[in-house]
Amino acid sequence: MADTAMRPLLEVRDLTKTFVLNASVLNTLMRQPPVVVRALSGVSFAIARGETLGLIGESGCGKSTLGRTVLQLHRADSGTITYDGTDLSALPDEAIRPFRKRMQIIFQDPYASLNPRRSVAEIVGLPLRLHQGLGRAEAAERAAAFLPRVGLQSGHLARYPHQFSGGQRQRIGIARALILHPEFVVCDEPVSALDVSIQAQIIELLQQFRAELNLTYLFISHDLAVVGRLADRIAVMYLGEIVEIGPRNAILKAPAHPYTRALLSAAPRLHRRSGEARLRLTGDLPSPLAPPPGCRFHTRCPVAMARCRTEAPAVTRLAPGHDVACHLHEGGGS
Amino acid sequence: MTAVARLPAKAESPFQLGLVRLMENRMATASGLIAILFVLAALFAPLVAPHDPNDADLFRRLQPPVWLGGEWAFPLGCDGLGRDILSRLIYGARISILVGTLVVVIATIVGVIAGLAAGFIGGWVDRSISWLVDVLLGFPYLIFAIGLMAMMGTGFQNIVLALAYKEWVVPARIVRGETLALRELEYVEAARALGASRGHIMLREILPNILSPVAVVATVRMAHVIILEASLSFLGLGVQPPTASWGSMVADGRDFLVDAWWVSTFPGLAILALVMAINVFSQGLRDAFDPRIQE
Repeated sequence: MADTAMRPLLEVRDLTKTFVLNASVLNTLMRQPPVVVRALSGVSFAIARGETLGLIGESGCGKSTLGRTVLQLHRADSGTITYDGTDLSALPDEAIRPFRKRMQIIFQDPYASLNPRRSVAEIVGLPLRLHQGLGRAEAAERAAAFLPRVGLQSGHLARYPHQFSGGQRQRIGIARALILHPEFVVCDEPVSALDVSIQAQIIELLQQFRAELNLTYLFISHDLAVVGRLADRIAVMYLGEIVEIGPRNAILKAPAHPYTRALLSAAPRLHRRSGEARLRLTGDLPSPLAPPPGCRFHTRCPVAMARCRTEAPAVTRLAPGHDVACHLHEGGGS
Repeated sequence: MTAVARLPAKAESPFQLGLVRLMENRMATASGLIAILFVLAALFAPLVAPHDPNDADLFRRLQPPVWLGGEWAFPLGCDGLGRDILSRLIYGARISILVGTLVVVIATIVGVIAGLAAGFIGGWVDRSISWLVDVLLGFPYLIFAIGLMAMMGTGFQNIVLALAYKEWVVPARIVRGETLALRELEYVEAARALGASRGHIMLREILPNILSPVAVVATVRMAHVIILEASLSFLGLGVQPPTASWGSMVADGRDFLVDAWWVSTFPGLAILALVMAINVFSQGLRDAFDPRIQE
């Protein structure tokens, strides 16, 4: 992570985020301890300018929380989020506002992410009105000029979200996120709600913009194939922790963590090498309300040892930029 | 849905689509027209009413409607003081509609502001508003209103206040619930990610999406308020005599229910007709505008 010669655009250190579930007056009166979900515990990573970090993991592992916390849509409990040299987690809301035009988010659900009562002109024009002080007409004009770049027509400007298909709606969401030419974009499963045929188009669009605007992506997905196409590096998350992070090829070709291996093995492939057993995980993701002690993965790990049940593994560096948190690799790697 | 299928070339906002659906609902449009008829009669009462509503003449005391041997000059007959029932009905509509409209408008404005604040700001703002709502809900409505009227005295302004005091909790609760649900949606998060202010998010992103249920509830509650006003007037706590109001007209006829049923029955029917028209119309509104029951 320190291997990037330049200062990373984004550096996250020991990020922790919990959600309190039952904070009702009654529970407080009854002196019941609040139920706390640890969505993120001690997450650290860095992204260099122009780089795409893929973030994969099962649903519920904290991927989306991580993306939203990085953007300060949730406030972190502890840890730092250093963006271009400034620690965002220490700033009050008003001071974060200037950063909003530099970092944006593309959402998963193209139906929930567009306000049904606002026209395309208003949705795509909003960033311009907020950050460049443009009037309604000017913003609409600029929005119209931008629409062709995401594959829509300028004539779509007066329409409302319900008049578009899922893929078109996602293009509107992309236009809203990119019209201010941000540097850093969190893509929160941007294609997983779309038909496979549309997925490829949207990924291509994201690739194209990355090249044109020199974008830095945090690309969240549960789909290895999608992440494999876009990411320079890949981070694997399990129950609020990053268990392995490394260059794309290292993760895809030589995964070190048993969980990464299981994920890779679960991905459908046309030609499986003969003799290669399919590694299958049994059981469900443990409840984040009560994460298992020791290594969080030991309840489902096919190669768990006695110490995995009691002792959390430290992060081990396997190769420059390739880190893993697993007892198998401690003491110089396997 | 056919409504969507036939329009892709043109821009149509959800509001316009709802309006089209509302017009296609015959029951709703008919009910709306009936309600409008009442409103017009009330507005132009001096022009429409055949007589002065307070013109008493004991020679016409309890004169029956025209088809029971009355005369055409007084088609619905006369009351115990010989006043023309039709004219009093028309003037009485003014009270019912004005009270209903004023109370609902005040309650909706207060309720929307309180509900938005509670749902969006949360914390102690939410706790205090929700507590107040719960306390007010704990009182039976009519008894609460009777108590207030007894305290403040009768009169038009006090009726409106006594009803609006509590009526705002209905929209407030709905708006709070809708706001809580909507503020977690991704388009609200998108606005936050863009650095939009709280005011923008409340007024531009959330408010437009809760207006449909608010409008539906406002119409339903208007019918309810009209009944409550009639109840207060019936109990003698409404506008003071001789001003005509439907509730007090029903009360006036109580003593003659056997001999002169028309004195109570026609104002009763007027209440029924207006309340039903408003209710059916509000159902049509809900069907046309509330997105959750579409498809």
